[in-house]
Amino acid sequence: MSKTIQTLNWSIQPPHLYPPYVSSIKRAPNHALVPLAHTLSELTGPVYGHSSLQELDNDLTRNAIRNGEPLGERIIVSGRVLDERNQPVPNALLEVWQANAAGRYIHLRDQHPAPLDPNFTGAGRVLTDKTGAYSFTTIKPGAYPWSNHHNAWRPAHIHFSVFGRNFLERMVTQMFFPNDPLLVFDPIYNGIPDAAARERLISHFDMELTQPQWALAYRFDIVLAGSLSTPFEQDGDDDEH
Amino acid sequence: MNIKQTASQTVGPFFHNALIRDGENNLVNQHTRGERIWLRGTVFDGEGQVIPDAILEIWQADASGIYKHPTDPKHNQADPHFTSFGRAGTDKNGAYWFYTILPSARTTTPYINLRLFMRGLLIHLVTRIYFADHPSDPVLNSLEPSRKFSLIATREDNPDGLTYRFDIHMQGELETVFFDV
Repeated sequence: MSKTIQTLNWSIQPPHLYPPYVSSIKRAPNHALVPLAHTLSELTGPVYGHSSLQELDNDLTRNAIRNGEPLGERIIVSGRVLDERNQPVPNALLEVWQANAAGRYIHLRDQHPAPLDPNFTGAGRVLTDKTGAYSFTTIKPGAYPWSNHHNAWRPAHIHFSVFGRNFLERMVTQMFFPNDPLLVFDPIYNGIPDAAARERLISHFDMELTQPQWALAYRFDIVLAGSLSTPFEQDGDDDEH
Repeated sequence: MNIKQTASQTVGPFFHNALIRDGENNLVNQHTRGERIWLRGTVFDGEGQVIPDAILEIWQADASGIYKHPTDPKHNQADPHFTSFGRAGTDKNGAYWFYTILPSARTTTPYINLRLFMRGLLIHLVTRIYFADHPSDPVLNSLEPSRKFSLIATREDNPDGLTYRFDIHMQGELETVFFDV
């Protein structure tokens, strides 16, 4: 069961060491990664299904309400999870997290002097359907300052953690918004070596997906690495475990 | 026609709300088959400072060496009381722990797959945890002898039960081996 094709394309993926992102300097390994032939342990992974989710997991504007609605611009984020063969990835679990409209996370280590929103935790989950499609409702996150360099600001973004069909397809990324003037200054975004790959992390405003009198909408598709280096045909088994 | 894979980005420091759930570092219940082990360790940066904002995900076979996944031809016989997957964040001392079982391997030495995310890593890292009692394996043996030890969890005294320590060093003389899978 050895493989010849690398899963991760290093002309697309960011390196571990990217000195403009200062935290990488003491945390990136110095040795080169060691190639590893795939075994059953890489070609398997946790399987998720609808029993993994709760009713409001895909609505961040409602899953943390205490005394009212969260503040900010309501948005719908939709897209598809695909593999590199352009095939949909059904039953992918997406975990999303983000700052609130003011650019503040609910986290002890977030010291940004912007207000917390008592009705917004900024965390949600959603599963893709048979066509690989997902959708969740949230509040457009704000930009926020960080300490990487003088006057550093993160462009507004939503974090995505994705479980695909196996361990190879596991990935974590961030979705950005169109025309954000902070992107050119962001060492996390610019750690991606390929300009087209960077641009694919920017969502598209989509008028078709907006809901009149309710919410604006953005489209963001995700392509999981792994299918080109997988010797097995995936059998689309829907069993939940 | 093939399409291009999405680029990775860091988990950042603020993932706890979304990714860390109570109990996800305990893979067993009272009915799980297999020998219980505590797996614990500390994650260190290149200056020997502990890393309090890492997240570790493990994936392993059950006590019969079966992976609970349709790609494993034996998955219908997988232990229904074993989750195979675990996730833990490091605490303020850089420490993590899992309560799981010693995996059994059908064809190779038992090991646990580990995926590591943290602030400062634009893309995850992958490694494997082997066990001091079973130190021979083709993957281990293919590594430089001076680095092989970094993948072998060591037995540790613990009145609460069989315990293995697996520390992770991002850099330096003890740097952990990471794989390009």
